[in-house]
Amino acid sequence: MTYFVLVCLVMGLVTYFTRALPFLFFSVRKPPELLDFLQKYLPAVVMAILVFSMYKDIDFRAAPYGIPALVAGAITALLHLWKRNVLLSIGAGTAAYIIFIRII
Amino acid sequence: MRGKKSSQSGRSSILRASFKAAFKASIPVLLGYITLGIAFGLTLVAAGLAWWLAPFMALAIYAGAAQFMAVGLIQSGAGLLEIALLTLIMNARHMVYGLSLLEPFSKAGRWKPYLIFGLTDETYGLLTTIEPPPDLDKTKFYAAITVLNQVYWFVGCMVGSLVGSAFLFNTTGLDFALTALFIVLLVDQVRAVKKPEPYLAALLGCVLALFISPKNFLLVALVISTGALALLRERIEGRPRGTASQGVSEKSKQDSEEKGDRP
Repeated sequence: MTYFVLVCLVMGLVTYFTRALPFLFFSVRKPPELLDFLQKYLPAVVMAILVFSMYKDIDFRAAPYGIPALVAGAITALLHLWKRNVLLSIGAGTAAYIIFIRII
Repeated sequence: MRGKKSSQSGRSSILRASFKAAFKASIPVLLGYITLGIAFGLTLVAAGLAWWLAPFMALAIYAGAAQFMAVGLIQSGAGLLEIALLTLIMNARHMVYGLSLLEPFSKAGRWKPYLIFGLTDETYGLLTTIEPPPDLDKTKFYAAITVLNQVYWFVGCMVGSLVGSAFLFNTTGLDFALTALFIVLLVDQVRAVKKPEPYLAALLGCVLALFISPKNFLLVALVISTGALALLRERIEGRPRGTASQGVSEKSKQDSEEKGDRP
């Protein structure tokens, strides 16, 4: 039991460290110009990577060839470009996915 | 209108308004975290670990992928140093998340340590993309989102581990809500950042990461993409002055209006 708790605490501390690092470095100093440039564009990069990561384990060579996830993703993106309503985009995309994986 | 009300009730109504707005913004995370949390709780119990570890991890670690990894590590009786190192590698991507939030978090006061603690992928996505309602305090809105997200995760982990495998219901597919959330946030980013380079950098990083190390996909992809982004800096920012071939009149008007406001 002590081992379990210790594992959790160690992992919690390390995770907190990774999240706190930029704040430790740059709460007083201003970040260098390069980092200031990076932080502006990193959210876009990270979101693109996260989307990619959600699709990377799908087997596109075997049925259903990733079609449910691709079509549901397209529905989500198009709806969001069109209506700009977060809940509608995600709700419709997820509902489409749930239906697709049951019928395809 | 509210002149006679005490500041106390004024403050609590602001808090309530913050939570209301934050709840609306975080519903996708609610769906994703509850589902994923339940999946995690079930996995943990199925691996033979005590149920309370799941909600405890949700409180102490609060990192999805790392928690799944922890189940395997605990099962194999891994050493603390090894566990610390693997967690560091797995969560190293978080090291850059804070860069985009230095400025807003610097004004967060006593909330700051907690906001940092709660900076998961999904929370980062919401905080960097969603504009807080103009009538609300930014810090309270951010705090409300972060608290709610952790509550969702906690409840999911708790329910999953308590229910165990006794009561399985078919939620297959509901976890697509997280994919959809990332897509929506990406679309919002595309609307804000109308330059192809960041996305090309991300694509390059992803494709290379698949070949180099699928196991550490997120970290490798992020490192390569960030490197590529840095190399593309001049292209993205353009030459400082004298290259404006479009929107000259608009630009100069803006310049005269907010002279010296921005570099």
